[in-house]
Amino acid sequence: MAIDITQFHETFFEESFEGLDIMESGLLNLDIGAADNDTVNSIFRAAHSIKGGSATFGFTEVAEFTHGMETLLDEMRDGSRDVTQTSVDTLLQSVDCLREMLAASRDKTPIDTERAAVLKGELEAILASGTNGSTSESTHQEPATPSSDTSASHEGWMIKFKPHHDMLRTGNDPVRMFRELGDLGELSVVVDISQLPVLDDLDPEESYLSWELTLKSDVEIEKVKEIFEWVEDECDFDISEIKSEVPEVDQAAGDNVTESVAEKEPASSTQIKPVAVKPAAGTKTSASTDSASIRVSIDKVDALINMVGELVITQSMIGQLDCDFDDFDNSRMEKLRDGLTLLERNTRELQESVMRIRMLPISFAFNRFPRMVHDLCQKLDKKIELKTTGEQTELDKTVMEKIGDPLVHLVRNSIDHGIEMPEERLAANKPESGTIELNAFHKGGNIIIEIKDDGAGFNKDRIKEKAIERELIASDEHLSDDKIYDLIFQPGFSTAEQLSDISGRGVGMDVVKRNIRELGGSIDVTSEEGNGTTFTIRLPLTLAILDGQLVCVGDEIYITPLVSIVESLQIKEEFVNNIAGQTELYKVREDYIPIVRMHDMFGIDVERKGLEGGLLVVVEGDGKKAGLLVDELLGQQQVVIKSLETNYKRVDGVSGATILGDGTVALILDVDGLIDLSRNPPTPGNKPDNLAREVA
Amino acid sequence: MASILAVDDSASMRQMVSFALKNAGHDVVEAVDGVDGLKAAKANKVSLVITDVNMPNMDGIALIRELRGLPDYKFTPILMLTTESAPHKKQEGKDAGATGWIVKPFDPDQLLATINKVLG
Repeated sequence: MAIDITQFHETFFEESFEGLDIMESGLLNLDIGAADNDTVNSIFRAAHSIKGGSATFGFTEVAEFTHGMETLLDEMRDGSRDVTQTSVDTLLQSVDCLREMLAASRDKTPIDTERAAVLKGELEAILASGTNGSTSESTHQEPATPSSDTSASHEGWMIKFKPHHDMLRTGNDPVRMFRELGDLGELSVVVDISQLPVLDDLDPEESYLSWELTLKSDVEIEKVKEIFEWVEDECDFDISEIKSEVPEVDQAAGDNVTESVAEKEPASSTQIKPVAVKPAAGTKTSASTDSASIRVSIDKVDALINMVGELVITQSMIGQLDCDFDDFDNSRMEKLRDGLTLLERNTRELQESVMRIRMLPISFAFNRFPRMVHDLCQKLDKKIELKTTGEQTELDKTVMEKIGDPLVHLVRNSIDHGIEMPEERLAANKPESGTIELNAFHKGGNIIIEIKDDGAGFNKDRIKEKAIERELIASDEHLSDDKIYDLIFQPGFSTAEQLSDISGRGVGMDVVKRNIRELGGSIDVTSEEGNGTTFTIRLPLTLAILDGQLVCVGDEIYITPLVSIVESLQIKEEFVNNIAGQTELYKVREDYIPIVRMHDMFGIDVERKGLEGGLLVVVEGDGKKAGLLVDELLGQQQVVIKSLETNYKRVDGVSGATILGDGTVALILDVDGLIDLSRNPPTPGNKPDNLAREVA
Repeated sequence: MASILAVDDSASMRQMVSFALKNAGHDVVEAVDGVDGLKAAKANKVSLVITDVNMPNMDGIALIRELRGLPDYKFTPILMLTTESAPHKKQEGKDAGATGWIVKPFDPDQLLATINKVLG
């Protein structure tokens, strides 16, 4: 029965991409000239597996390409070739190319054969450049054994077979070979027992017999030799052709058809042809490629199963209470209470375990940087060492996917603008090689990611100058250091003297900041001129839970994300200004911020219409501030975010909903949206007050 | 039907070998490297071992050597999975006590044909 091997493709791709990551990080860690053997070995092993797998699963182009890499790595591994910068660079590029080839094979899109051919040529050039001492012999191959001449009438084969004493010790059984021979034609066997010792001297683990086998069959000599292929070094073996007539004398040297297989290169190694299995044609769409999947360590799954087990126990414990309320005495009441306490604990732990399943170590986001730093250093002639700590810190999968680009931007910036050229560094009494640190750690319910360089730091005057030039600040404005550094997050601000192709890709720091804010996080920067810059990114542990401030508007409770709140203050009438009789502004120290009357916005009736005595929650979103007018500040608490879009529809000014402890629904405010709404009044259909009524 | 130990660090190869063998009615024990394989071989007395050569921790050659040192595996057929590009590996494997080899790439049918030979 034929087995459909396409079912193993997904596993193959998964492990191959992992293998490529191993190769890449291994290559980046190789010390030129003094390569660590274990590292070379692990790189080789990864290439070897990819080659074996791709050949097996029918990705011939991938297999062929990987072969060159494998050969080069094999020579590095056995020490016959030095590890040079050129070969490492070529291998790194080949890793990239291979990754694309594999992705194309997986997605069933055409492979970029041109690039592969170029790199293959480069690899071959390196391979041809000669090794240490030994000449290139990797492709040494015996010419194929000539098949016996067909002119004479062929009857069969005469085989002399005498196993060495210890042949049985490799698990090879002569009977097995004879049976196979018997399958090829008519076989007669003559055994020679002359070497058999007397029973007392006989070692049953040794072989004493030899055989003369006559096979009447028209099979090729290779077929016969193939049967003895595994034991060719463990026996005396001779095969000759049996012919009906004496062969003509001029057929080359005497007994040319008699060959001692033992002396030959295993000819049958070329016998088994590569299996060309075509990937399933496009008609069968594989769902696997599109569906997002996640690899979860078995520990986490075990913990989950464990928790479910305890939940079942608790459930049965409560179930046994026999809730017949007519005689529900105190002792059972106590048991019920215990059970509920236990249930609460189980539920909480179960929730935590489930959350952990979505968590991935941050190394997933960090592992692209060694390569990036390596490549950019070469491009810019800089020397930079990358240090990472806390790679095992875990982060929600969605956050991980979205934090990648901002991190890349920040690290690029550090490489491009932060770290100076080696000569500049030496002149400034700094080590020639710069350092970029990527640190991840937990702090107070948040994940902190630090990007720290020991480069030139920010030039405050230069930033100010630029900000004035761009009309972001007034020329006579006095700013604290923090405020100055914050300017770099303003849209359209870039201190780079000229846009290089490294950092100036149209993405500014404002985008970085916005992306991080979208994840419910924040970014800060500190810098010291001459000593370097540190960016600190603060991210929530998960997107499913939010730290919220509960506020009261009339009888309704709303939740404001804590990260958006700047401060809260009691309104004093004298700081309120009206502009054009419409917009109300409130003076907070030097700033005037618009007041958003939450009652009006959400259509809630309230007795007091005046501002005096109300509370103003100053929030910041997208670089703009606003004051939300509320009646009361309640507690702060973590809330589980429920999507409004999937359960109802999108509503401006509201990012989601949650269920409070007492079972009521509360809306979570979308601060950016509210600020926009306050500036551009909403269309009647989508006004939040409609929703407030519906929910209420 | 036989019990067979399949040792390979590549999950896809392991899956394929194991699937093919199980499909043919054999019992399969899987192991991810030499160390794991040795442990599995000690825990289950199998009648055939199929092992990859290049593996982390303990490679196939070392595994074969270790297995041949165990009384239970003195004569058990042990096949190694090798590639055409490594003829010297075959020799190393034979010296360590391998019964024979299967050359990669192979398909499930070739695998089954080969193991049927040694299982007799």
